[in-house]
Amino acid sequence: MISQFFVLSQRGDNIVFRDYRGEVSKGSAEIFFRKVKFWKGDDVDEAPPVFNVDGVNYVHVKVAGLLFVATTRINISPSLVLELLQRIARIIKDYLGILNEDSLRKNFVLVYELLDEVIDFGYPQTTSTEVLKSYIFNEPIVVENAHLPNLGPAAMFVQGSKRMPGTAVTKSVVSTEPGGRKREEIFVDIIEKISVTFSSSGYILTSEIDGTIQMKSYLSGNPEIRLALNEDLRIGERGGSSHGYGSSTGGVVILDDCNFHESIHLDSFDVDRTLSLVPPDGEFSVMNYRMTQEFKPPFHVVALIEESGSCKAEVTIKVRADFPSSITANTIKIQMPLPAYTTRVSFELGSGVAGNTTDFKEATKKLEWGLKKIVGGSEHTLRAKLTFSQDSHVNLTKEAGPVNMAFTIPMYNASRLQVKYLQIAKKSKAYNPYRWVRYVTQSNSYVIRL
Amino acid sequence: MAPNPPPFSQKSQSPSQPSGKSEVTDLKLQLRGLAGSRAPGSDDKKRDMFKRVLSYMTVGIDVSTLFSEMVMCSATSDVVLKKMCYLYVGNYAKSNPDLSLLTINFLQRDCKDVDPMIRGLALRCLCSLRVEGLLEYLVGPLRAGLIDDNGYVRMVAALGVLKLYNISSATCIDGDFPAMLKNLMLNDPDAQVVANCLLSLQEIWNLEAAVSEDASMEIEALLSKKVVYYLLNRIKEFSEWAQCLVLDLVSKYTPSDNNDIFDIMNLLEDRLQHANSAVVLATIKVFLHMTLSMTDVHQQVYERIKAPLLTLVSTGSPELSYAVLSHLHILVMRAPMLFSSDYKYFYCQYNQPSYVKKLKLEMLTAIANDSNTYEIVTELCEYAANVDVPIARESIRAVGKIALQLYDVNAIVDRLLQFLEMEKDHVTAETLVLVKDLLRKYPQWSHDCIAVVGNISTKNIQEPKAKASLIWMLGEYSQDMLDAPYVLESLIENWDDEHSPEVRLHLLTAVMKCFFKRPPETQKALGAALYAGLADSHQDVHDRALFYYRLLQYDASKAESVVNPPKKAVSVFTDTQSSEIKDRIFDEFNSLSVIYQKPSYMFTDKEHRGMLEFSEELGNLSLGAETTDDVVADSQIYDASDNDLLLSTSEKEESKAPLSGGSAYSAPNYDNASSSLIATDTQPESHLGLPTYNPQSNLAIDDLLGLGLFVAPSPPPLKLSPKPALDPASFQKKWAKLAVSLSKECSIDPKGVATLSTPQALPRHMQDHSIQCIASGGQHPNLKFFFIAQKADSPSFYLVECLVNTSSAKTQLKIKADDNGNSEAFLSLFLFALSKFGQSL
Repeated sequence: MISQFFVLSQRGDNIVFRDYRGEVSKGSAEIFFRKVKFWKGDDVDEAPPVFNVDGVNYVHVKVAGLLFVATTRINISPSLVLELLQRIARIIKDYLGILNEDSLRKNFVLVYELLDEVIDFGYPQTTSTEVLKSYIFNEPIVVENAHLPNLGPAAMFVQGSKRMPGTAVTKSVVSTEPGGRKREEIFVDIIEKISVTFSSSGYILTSEIDGTIQMKSYLSGNPEIRLALNEDLRIGERGGSSHGYGSSTGGVVILDDCNFHESIHLDSFDVDRTLSLVPPDGEFSVMNYRMTQEFKPPFHVVALIEESGSCKAEVTIKVRADFPSSITANTIKIQMPLPAYTTRVSFELGSGVAGNTTDFKEATKKLEWGLKKIVGGSEHTLRAKLTFSQDSHVNLTKEAGPVNMAFTIPMYNASRLQVKYLQIAKKSKAYNPYRWVRYVTQSNSYVIRL
Repeated sequence: MAPNPPPFSQKSQSPSQPSGKSEVTDLKLQLRGLAGSRAPGSDDKKRDMFKRVLSYMTVGIDVSTLFSEMVMCSATSDVVLKKMCYLYVGNYAKSNPDLSLLTINFLQRDCKDVDPMIRGLALRCLCSLRVEGLLEYLVGPLRAGLIDDNGYVRMVAALGVLKLYNISSATCIDGDFPAMLKNLMLNDPDAQVVANCLLSLQEIWNLEAAVSEDASMEIEALLSKKVVYYLLNRIKEFSEWAQCLVLDLVSKYTPSDNNDIFDIMNLLEDRLQHANSAVVLATIKVFLHMTLSMTDVHQQVYERIKAPLLTLVSTGSPELSYAVLSHLHILVMRAPMLFSSDYKYFYCQYNQPSYVKKLKLEMLTAIANDSNTYEIVTELCEYAANVDVPIARESIRAVGKIALQLYDVNAIVDRLLQFLEMEKDHVTAETLVLVKDLLRKYPQWSHDCIAVVGNISTKNIQEPKAKASLIWMLGEYSQDMLDAPYVLESLIENWDDEHSPEVRLHLLTAVMKCFFKRPPETQKALGAALYAGLADSHQDVHDRALFYYRLLQYDASKAESVVNPPKKAVSVFTDTQSSEIKDRIFDEFNSLSVIYQKPSYMFTDKEHRGMLEFSEELGNLSLGAETTDDVVADSQIYDASDNDLLLSTSEKEESKAPLSGGSAYSAPNYDNASSSLIATDTQPESHLGLPTYNPQSNLAIDDLLGLGLFVAPSPPPLKLSPKPALDPASFQKKWAKLAVSLSKECSIDPKGVATLSTPQALPRHMQDHSIQCIASGGQHPNLKFFFIAQKADSPSFYLVECLVNTSSAKTQLKIKADDNGNSEAFLSLFLFALSKFGQSL
């Protein structure tokens, strides 16, 4: 069981502080914050999520720039506490619509009310947004999202798909629309994070897709839902070798493994790949999956660094978007560490480019190239001339790189896993709620070696 | 600071530490005004006031002075107000026990409200007051709560019993509450009520176990097949958190036979597909522990859990992923073979936090074998060139460790040497340390390595460890490195600029070694080094210089055999962790122990360890009587002291010296730093003559110096039975039952400490004094023993817990006795026996 729970702002202020057992001193929040802020130990400069100071274990997660912390003196399961903290953050988000410092401060009494039901004497009790509804009486004070930075997956959809109601995923599960009626709608998001490492010769060394199907339901009366995935979806076959690269699977999606939310019924999953569920209120992951099957990386990148005279070198980065022109990637950022003795960098961009930014970060010796968007099928090149403070007498490729790329591609999914249909059990003929099925692919670690 | 406290935000944006005094007085007046008001809208005003009070409470301003006003305002039917008031009262009742009485009235009334939620809330608040004086008002509502029609109220009441136990265990036990909980647990239709009963019972009996014998029976009853199956059959009704609780209980259950095991595993199989990592890990713990004795099934379990674990690692938040990865880490360390084809999953990703990368590097190191070494080392070399310096260092160390654990190191040596050519200071530094270790294991590579190392300028190396390694190589291979004496000489010239005593120690040893190989070239440097060393302000450096000086004076050839003995290649560098510790961590799977890589006794206080864990602790300690006295081979002793791969070489050489070259030497333990220190310190005037090492005189000096070493008393008259008859299980029971009769802290003879390099020496020794070891464990420097002795011709036992810290040469004793009257006599007997430890050798 946990002893205390608290939420700290980025500056270390207590926003919420709840002591459940009275066995850890009240100063724990301060001890914790100091420790995290000035972490020193074992060559690692970042505080791990779990650590022990004077017999007190501090477990924390970072959500939306806030620190959610639990303390305990016993040898508890760390996963349990971390999952619980993450869940608390999610419940609060369900209630407040938007989770950030401002909304939390405005609603701290509601948060206390939630915490009272979620944890009793340090033991987790009810964490279902649904069940909690009947015990919660405070009304959320909704904060405006407009001037706040977008956080979480909701932000990814704002660009790219104009049909999407901007506030849809950021509204509270308990508040009603201005008209007094609740809008009947359900969101299903297929979010994939891809990791690819390319060798210097462009060969794929490792690749992985980590995906999740997120659902957020605002349907009244909790109707049953059926969610159908690709019929030929296969799970748990790694095709002989540990990484089945090159083995042509003819369009069949093969997942290495997946797990499901506890509300999912898998009765017919083995037969026709449909998931049935009665969606609980609030946001939750229907299914998480992992895939190492070969897939076509969305971007082909070539990066070169060559000496071009004494104390000079030239870097070339070429990016080609290998997806249909109907799709546009956004917020692309490419970074490349340069040799430590680089003093100056001048950039040269291809003609007709708009929305490009280039920068050389003196402190970290990093080259940065930002692109607002890349349309499918297009190609972009950056040339940079480097000036060194000393002659390089060793292999330059050992002194620079690797190149790292970050991007978001809405309405694209690398795995080709699809939601074929989303069926809602009808209450009446007129009942036709809005259904949003959205795809997005993000880079997790997209690395090109030199 | 505070969530929206108006007074602050108007006065200043960020008050550093507001006392809030005037604001609190202001609140007090306003609350008073509102107290009796029943006017419409007064509830809204109260809400605002309460909010402000709570916001002050959150930021740590003491608002306890408002207690009576808050209570006065709480007469309301508004649930939101009630809840805020409960929160406030729960927080401050303990510091205001008298005023808390004011709340009892309305809480008791609310406990009888028609709305079950109000009943539940009031009961929860009542139980959370933590005021002993109010217990009489609590028992009634609590009893009623346990048989309430509503599940919510029963759920609150089940935990309320635990809260009651925490305030007054006697009231709880005497009121027969545990029996009510047990009944509720086995019959309640509401799964959360069942779960709360279970956790309350577990906590109560675990705490009770220290004082009552019934408790262990109750714990056994919880772990009975009936209860476990009952809970397992309902597992899907439970919330994910309650599932974790049940699974944890199941992991402690001892199955009756293999069918039992397979039934449980089949039932729990689908839990592995749960999205909550806590449920999955709790299930895995059950699977792993149940199959421990079935090797092939155990291996199947590993294969089965791999995919779900990897999925949790890649799909969770970084924090969750770290916790799961730590668990994967210990599985990989236990069975690296089973993961050898999965190495790609342990490659580091660009944006991972360094604590994750570090774990991954360790895993890559562990699973490297003939089939995957090439790929792994290639990948690690990429990280070595990385801009992330700590990870670059870790990666180089990883390459080195792989080289040390494999036979075919050809390619790796080349790569390590390439690192030296990268000319990055941190890379060079790490690599040097590794090359040194590598040479100790594979002296045949010395030629290749020395050629490259010889080209490195000492000026570019600043890190003490790296510098020490280079100096070690200069000394060790001075015959192959042409300019070794001159490099050493120039280093000695800059003696005063060398800030690290470690480096200066190495310099002394290296110049000695070099001297024996190339005397004419080194003589001058040696003289300078000894001179500088003798004048050194650091005690160890001074002593080593003095020691070398005397050694040379005494007999140069003897000195050579001490400083430069023929070395055997180190075959295995021992792990930093003993297998016992590792097993212990594995037993505590799915707990913080796995994250810290330490068993729980190293980081939790005793009172926060349950009886279940404590009994495990005793059970896991190896039974002293059963262990055979293995004669440890010389090389193993050498390795045993070689805890840290990066331990300074001089320490190792000193401990090795008496084994290989010191046979003519009469000193029993000149390698023990403290005794040689004493010897030199007490004879400063004996102008560098040959010190006479004599154990007896040594002891006399110790006494003289009053170093707290135990002065042997004559044996006291208490007679002990030569064969105390008590089995470990009854020992455990007795230990739990009896109170500590005596505790004592004392020193042990340094020679005894030296003998403790094999911990079993102490039990053997104590046995000669009719004191039997019943269990032992721990890891240097902290060893732990449990002893038992019995008074001759009497059923009276003495139980001893003996904690030995080998680095401070201190021991802590706790004695428990059936007959406390004699425990003083027994203590002196025990101390007498202990004082003889190490002298008989």
